Amino acid sequence: MELSRLTAHELLEKIRNKEITSEQIHSDLNKKIEELDPKVKAYVRTSHTLNPEPSVNLKGIPVSIKDNICTEGYHTECCSKILAGFNPPYNATVINRIIASGNSFLGLKCNMDEFAFGSSTENSCFGPTHNPWNLECVPGGSSGGSAAAVAADEAIWALGTDTGGSIRQPASFCGVVGLKPTYGRVSRFGLIAFASSLDQIGPLTKDVRDAALLMNIISGYDANDSTSVNTPVPDYTKDLINDIKGMRVGIPKEYFVKGLDPEVKAAVEEAISKLKSLGAQFKEVSLPHTEYAVPVYYIIATAEASSNLARFDAVQYGLREDQKSLIDMYKKTRQLGFGDEAKRRILLGTFALSHGYYDAYYLRAQKVRTLIKQDFDNVFKDFDCIITPTSPTPAFKIGEKTDDPLKMYLSDIYTISVNLAGIPAISVPCGFTKKGLPVGLQILSQHFNEGALLRLAYTYEQNTGWHKIKLKL
Amino acid sequence: MSIDKKTVENVAHLARINLDKKELDKISGQLEHILSFIDKLSSLNTDNIAPTSHILPISNVLRKDELRKSLPIAKTLMNAPAKQGNFFVVPKIIE
Repeated sequence: MELSRLTAHELLEKIRNKEITSEQIHSDLNKKIEELDPKVKAYVRTSHTLNPEPSVNLKGIPVSIKDNICTEGYHTECCSKILAGFNPPYNATVINRIIASGNSFLGLKCNMDEFAFGSSTENSCFGPTHNPWNLECVPGGSSGGSAAAVAADEAIWALGTDTGGSIRQPASFCGVVGLKPTYGRVSRFGLIAFASSLDQIGPLTKDVRDAALLMNIISGYDANDSTSVNTPVPDYTKDLINDIKGMRVGIPKEYFVKGLDPEVKAAVEEAISKLKSLGAQFKEVSLPHTEYAVPVYYIIATAEASSNLARFDAVQYGLREDQKSLIDMYKKTRQLGFGDEAKRRILLGTFALSHGYYDAYYLRAQKVRTLIKQDFDNVFKDFDCIITPTSPTPAFKIGEKTDDPLKMYLSDIYTISVNLAGIPAISVPCGFTKKGLPVGLQILSQHFNEGALLRLAYTYEQNTGWHKIKLKL
Repeated sequence: MSIDKKTVENVAHLARINLDKKELDKISGQLEHILSFIDKLSSLNTDNIAPTSHILPISNVLRKDELRKSLPIAKTLMNAPAKQGNFFVVPKIIE
């Protein structure tokens, strides 16, 4: 039996029944990575460069970790040249929680777009990850390595981060489950910041039960993150109820418009009729400011990024290009250390915050953000959830959008509003295109109502079984 | 509103990033294209709308001003590209 093909909850049961050991899972996983990763390139390093004998690492079920989450003793480089060789002096809170839960993390880190800037994992200084369902396609991004690893059984489960869709969109492209928690549900301490008002860490898993289990482990208040919220963490596995009778679900008309791929549309509509037959009540709703979400996001996210990335100054860590003056050292180091997309975003964000442009761009974007949030508040007065496609298209070809940044930005059109409003959302597999590429269904709910997402997603999954279709590599 | 090369040069200086001529030409064009899309925001009336400062209704987070454990100096310096004793080393900044 190939243990790497199983879910975390199946493996935990086998460990409890003493049928297998954690060591067996690790060795099976390593074999799988050795066999498949030369093709998929989900991981960015092939060996534990800093810590050749990681003894702590053999407990429970290993979690694969995105390269922007700090793991003490294991390289964490955000897939950027500017952080080459960075060895975090401490663990992110989510890593400590994983260890405290009796599980472990994989020292090899998952590929991503540099600093999570991207929707395809092509902006990595290590080169792109390939979609396991079609190696010529992107896995989505920015958590493309995490999603591809889970889809290819090179990971049991994984952590990604989501600032504008970076967990959900790759989950949808790779046919796995991806959950973006409510802003403040999971500590961001030790996550290398992209946009602090939008970033959240969340699970990428093979099924909905594993997403609930990993949420139980990583959620909760942390004094080290003053934006984490001090409300009790429910047992999310209690929401895994195969019954949605009477649940009220809204379908936003602004999401089913031009630009939506017909095969994606058909798969999502079929999922909606399935959920109707299972007893959920559907009604069309309106989120009138949807068309402003992408422009708002690319002001707020880049403004915050330009400020966060000021810390890469060649003094404290990372790359350094020695120059005679301090300013020249900053400028040369940042020219050589940041990739094209990072430079574009830092410049756009600096522009939006600069004197003379602040009111027209940044302040206006923060006001429109309020309108987008109010759209959701209005719908959630009468509805438990909202259902949309996760992405307007299935996975696209590697190289297809790299020359046109705006075209790439528009691939996040269905996921971005969620981060602006701070609400939780999940992507679950809901079928395949004729060419065999996965399609994802996105479910949204209000702040701290991850339970409703899990219940709807679980019922859908149990009554369709898309998650059981495994790829052949 | 559009963005010209001079503005991009100024912004690059503020962001402390060198751009060679080729980079400046390419990025200026791309930023102009992106900003023309973002300008869609100016069509919206935002009078009397409060900007979002935080997405949840939480108030300031305060803690007692007391001594807490912090990262040991050795760990703070372990990734420094240049260090001397307990200090980071930077190019001379005083003439």
